[in-house]
Amino acid sequence: MGRGGSRAACAAAAPPWHSLPDEVWEHAFSFLPAAADRGAAAGACSSWLRAERRSRRRLAVANCYAAAPRDAVERFPSVRAAEVKGKPHFADFGLVPPAWGAAAAPWIAAAADGWPLLEELSFKRMVVTDECLEMIAASFRNFQVLRLVSCDGFSTAGLAAIAAGCRHLRELDLQENEIEDCSIHWLSLFPESFTSLVTLNFSCLEGEVNITVLERLVTRCHNLKTLKLNNAIPLDKLASLLHKAPQLVELGTGKFSADYHSDLFAKLEAAFGGCKSLRRLSGAWDAVPDYLPAFYCVCEGLTSLNLSYATVRGPELIKFISRCRNLQQLWVMDLIEDHGLAVVASSCNKLQELRVFPSDPFGAGFLTERGLVDVSASCPMLESVLYFCRRMTNEALITIAKNRPNFTCFRLCILEPHTPDYITREPLDAGFSAIVESCRGLRRLSISGLLTDLVFKSIGAHADRLEMLSIAFAGNSDLGLHYILSGCKSLKKLEIRDCPFGDKPLLANAAKLETMRSLWMSSCLLTLGACRQLARKMPRLSVEIMNDPGRSCPLDSLPDETPVEKLYVYRTIAGPRSDTPACVQIV
Amino acid sequence: MSVETERSSTESSAASGLDFEDTALTLRLPGSLAAAAAPDPDRKRSSPSSSDAADAADNSSPLAAAADAPPAPKARVVGWPPVRSFRKNALAAKFVKVAVDGAPYLRKVDLEAYSGYDQLLRALQDKFFSHFTIRKFADDERKLVDAVNGTEYVPTYEDKDGDWMLVGDVPWKMFVETCQRLRLMKSSEAVNLAPRAAQ
Repeated sequence: MGRGGSRAACAAAAPPWHSLPDEVWEHAFSFLPAAADRGAAAGACSSWLRAERRSRRRLAVANCYAAAPRDAVERFPSVRAAEVKGKPHFADFGLVPPAWGAAAAPWIAAAADGWPLLEELSFKRMVVTDECLEMIAASFRNFQVLRLVSCDGFSTAGLAAIAAGCRHLRELDLQENEIEDCSIHWLSLFPESFTSLVTLNFSCLEGEVNITVLERLVTRCHNLKTLKLNNAIPLDKLASLLHKAPQLVELGTGKFSADYHSDLFAKLEAAFGGCKSLRRLSGAWDAVPDYLPAFYCVCEGLTSLNLSYATVRGPELIKFISRCRNLQQLWVMDLIEDHGLAVVASSCNKLQELRVFPSDPFGAGFLTERGLVDVSASCPMLESVLYFCRRMTNEALITIAKNRPNFTCFRLCILEPHTPDYITREPLDAGFSAIVESCRGLRRLSISGLLTDLVFKSIGAHADRLEMLSIAFAGNSDLGLHYILSGCKSLKKLEIRDCPFGDKPLLANAAKLETMRSLWMSSCLLTLGACRQLARKMPRLSVEIMNDPGRSCPLDSLPDETPVEKLYVYRTIAGPRSDTPACVQIV
Repeated sequence: MSVETERSSTESSAASGLDFEDTALTLRLPGSLAAAAAPDPDRKRSSPSSSDAADAADNSSPLAAAADAPPAPKARVVGWPPVRSFRKNALAAKFVKVAVDGAPYLRKVDLEAYSGYDQLLRALQDKFFSHFTIRKFADDERKLVDAVNGTEYVPTYEDKDGDWMLVGDVPWKMFVETCQRLRLMKSSEAVNLAPRAAQ
């Protein structure tokens, strides 16, 4: 009692705990890196809110239209690393009009004003122009990391500006962008004194680069850990590049084909033999079987292998992969076939992620359910799958679900829409239901094949932690969508195409949409009237519709029953955007 | 916009899913159709408006009415299977870049997804440049007109020899084989591309 009393007296003398100086709180917050934790803490009280916003170093904006760039910069003045994402995910598959929007320019302009100390920028699915890149090069004196993923709008001229202007650049990471080639000389713009590069990835570039300049750059950047070349770098140059950078941890080869010469093979083998730290391997464009054994000496060390652009097939491919016993991540084309996956299953027991892409997206496909069943049975750590196949059965899916309840990501694409269980001719409802019922940690799911509303009942009821769901050619009534929107507690992104879902479930679950990041629906059964109602009911949602561009006319003149071809709904605190092209209209 | 807006992107595949031309048994080698139709590569120089009888009779030349054009090899559902456009571009050889004079960006089109010139131009208009309208001229020449500022664009392409040609000057299948890239060139700059045979 006495001690308690003295503590109380002490507390009375000192200022209350929550009125610590802001600097102290800001320092305390520096020990809280996860954005979700910071968000939760910021909600506790006004001084924490203040401290959190002032001390935030990394900012991720999942939708560039969810907040105005100037507001974001003002609210978080100390940001050093920013990541902004733009177009809807379905843009990857050509479903979003190319001129839809997602310009990076307003974000870069706001950052240039408010974040002069910015060090890192990542953009995904955004339009980044050469002027944007020039502005980045000119605005941030300690700029270090530029990561562009699935962006377009720029050329090698913009890259030249980055090379010339960013004296402290550590990472230039260009993933799957559409880049216009105007010169092979952009690499030569890196000054001779420049040595800070840790990551250089230009694998998506189509044109040639100056190889002498590249070799000099690689030689002087002693900390280079990741080097990903493009298809234009010939195989005979790879060996000399590797000799200059034996410290590489991650390598994307250039073109991995040439006429067979034993001396070139020996050179390559020796070069790989020197790369003791190599853990991640990709590229291997046009790989020919003859040269694959040059990789053998690094196989044991590899944890990640991406052969998804390598059209090689046959026993040499399988032999190569089977030597990579420590793989955690494997991306390949379906040219590996079921029997190749059986070998993977028996050789690569540490596999955590498997992606198998179709070699001919418009063909019938090479894989069946067997390959995936084998891998799921033998790889206990497998938790993420992307699998394109031509047929599937409920029984196989039930087996897979039993084998691997630890899936967090399960994306299955049966190439032909509406394909039933090929043995029973039943819908695949039971199979996918088994997946969501056993994989309680599932965060991402894509379903395909013949599916009725039953599968959505199961998903809605069981997939509590599901954050992203992709649906195509499935369901038979409004009920399907209702099950999803009224269940799936953690859902953030929902994308639907070609499903018979209409207005009713959308309006009945309008409030759910505000808890989500976005909803995409195309080729469903929506009407303009429902979109209008939704927009009226939920003012913080932006309701965008995209229709056949040939027929766009002022929305106001259209009747409520007008069908809506594409709908994109997202929450925003910035109000309706002002940069919509003619084919996009905000209701 | 009207109520006949396409409700499902699968409808198009249902409509033309079965392609008689491709499924019929013939004595030709697969893919030899184009060669049979256009045995002389020099014909690319010939003008679409020339009086060449063979040209006029050629179904796949742009002279033929759109209704006569054969259906697409296999009508594809847009965006299915869900493979990134980037990956498709990297794998498929028939993707070509489309540049528009004065526009800051490039687009890509898959030539094999279309069955003829009319479809291609309509796709360019619909998918890429919605503010363009197609204008046909008496000599069957096609131009795209920017509805906003009235600028006329002539569709041109670079062939395998690196020559810039007018789109429509060879049979469609031959065009698909030889086209390296497309450029919508401002009419004012395309005067030198008049078909040589017409000179």
